[in-house]
Amino acid sequence: MKKNLLLKSALATATLTLITGTAQAEEGQEQTTPASKEQAIGDWKFDAAFLFYSESDSRVSAIEPVFNANKRLDEEEYLNLKLTVDSLTGASPSGAVASDQPLTFTRPSGNASYTVNANQYPLDDTFKDTRVALATSWTFPVSDMTKAGLGANISKEYDYLSASINGNISYDFNNRNSTLFAGLSYAFDSIDPVGGAPIAFGRMQPVGDPQNKLSGSQDKDTLDLLVGITQVIDRESLFQFNYSYSMSDGYHNDPYKVLSVLDDQGNYFDDGIPVANVLFENRPDERTKHGLFGRYKRYIDGDILDVSYRYMTDDWEIDSHTVDLKYRFAFDNGDYLQPHVRYYTQTQADFYQPYLRQDQPLPQFASSDYRLAEYDAITLGLEYGWKSSGGNQWRMALELYNQTPTEPEKYGVLQQQTLLPDWNAVMLRVNYSF
Amino acid sequence: MKQKLLLLLAILGFSVLSGCSTMGVNAWEKDLLAKPEMALDEQPLTDALDDHIYFSKEASSGGRAYAGGGCGCN
Repeated sequence: MKKNLLLKSALATATLTLITGTAQAEEGQEQTTPASKEQAIGDWKFDAAFLFYSESDSRVSAIEPVFNANKRLDEEEYLNLKLTVDSLTGASPSGAVASDQPLTFTRPSGNASYTVNANQYPLDDTFKDTRVALATSWTFPVSDMTKAGLGANISKEYDYLSASINGNISYDFNNRNSTLFAGLSYAFDSIDPVGGAPIAFGRMQPVGDPQNKLSGSQDKDTLDLLVGITQVIDRESLFQFNYSYSMSDGYHNDPYKVLSVLDDQGNYFDDGIPVANVLFENRPDERTKHGLFGRYKRYIDGDILDVSYRYMTDDWEIDSHTVDLKYRFAFDNGDYLQPHVRYYTQTQADFYQPYLRQDQPLPQFASSDYRLAEYDAITLGLEYGWKSSGGNQWRMALELYNQTPTEPEKYGVLQQQTLLPDWNAVMLRVNYSF
Repeated sequence: MKQKLLLLLAILGFSVLSGCSTMGVNAWEKDLLAKPEMALDEQPLTDALDDHIYFSKEASSGGRAYAGGGCGCN
């Protein structure tokens, strides 16, 4: 117990040093802070999490530790600080289609090349990055029934910087059975791709030749708005309903994604240049999204049912539906077991194209990013939670994710290839609160 | 599409608000709802990790709580 107090005090000191030593802005991403009921005024509360994520076929794997410190400043006033580190390695689909011939691609840097074997799904194995994100938020009462929050966030990786600020307000009414919530967030992103940002629909060039790339960084601004209501239904249940709006403006391309240019037989069109005939993608520079979200949570004799549904639609013509179901079985000793099922389905973006054809005119926008295609995804998970002898909460979860795309239309020799293979990921997460 | 969505929102908003005034419990009946595990943001770190994964791998994101910082993963 004493050791625990010492640890807490050391962490509190470290956290304060972190705040005072960091002049940059940070951001909170959840609407409120994780305050436990037992947290006394002036007390710090700490949460740590560790995620291991690994995709099938040697695609991306990641380790992501998170550390959160929360101080109760006053009756209803909290300060929250969060540090996230995200370390990624592996290979990511380049957007090119497989061929019955080996394919050579120039790496994003323009300084080296790599070859994908015949009949193999093209992955770019240069994917390696570490992201560090700092977030802070301050929640405080405005009046008896009104609370507000302010937050800032900064996230930095090798080729990407994102900074955002946010504010929110919530109002309790109807005997505190109803809460209205409104939040606003503005983010500024700057991307400085390895080797420069490609010229839209620029042809990939061989190593040593001038690349079709621009120098300097590219920017994007995003404005997010969320309004919602939380309502107590009866002694055991409540629901939440949100509307969200998001508008982004600026550079939306993935600078590392390409589209294959094929001939009338489905082969790569031979234009005499000794690297695969691929063009860099081009997406619209604006996107507006609308979302509706509903959630129902019910206490059932110690167990808890938590179910939610989300509908999203945007002007890229992507519509998605997400259903999420968790059921927490409580044991007599305070442990719990929580199975989780999530189903997601989306339509493709209106400019999604798995490939381009030499004999057809170039569209205004095109991307072959698999994330803009039509697919379904399922997550199955199991979480176990228990308390240590000191009363601290542990949680351990294993989740499996499977994405099943709709195979696009094919012709000629392309019919021998899978353009969008299914893929899986395994996630292992450990949380500790103290 | 946009108009349909706005109309749907208006109808939903109105029904939710008018329905809310008839729902709820007295303060002394909130013992179960006050349990930490019944809070809607019971596990903020888990939610943030999940949001980050799905943001990186799916075209739709956010909607549950308001969005956090971006990253180069999408």
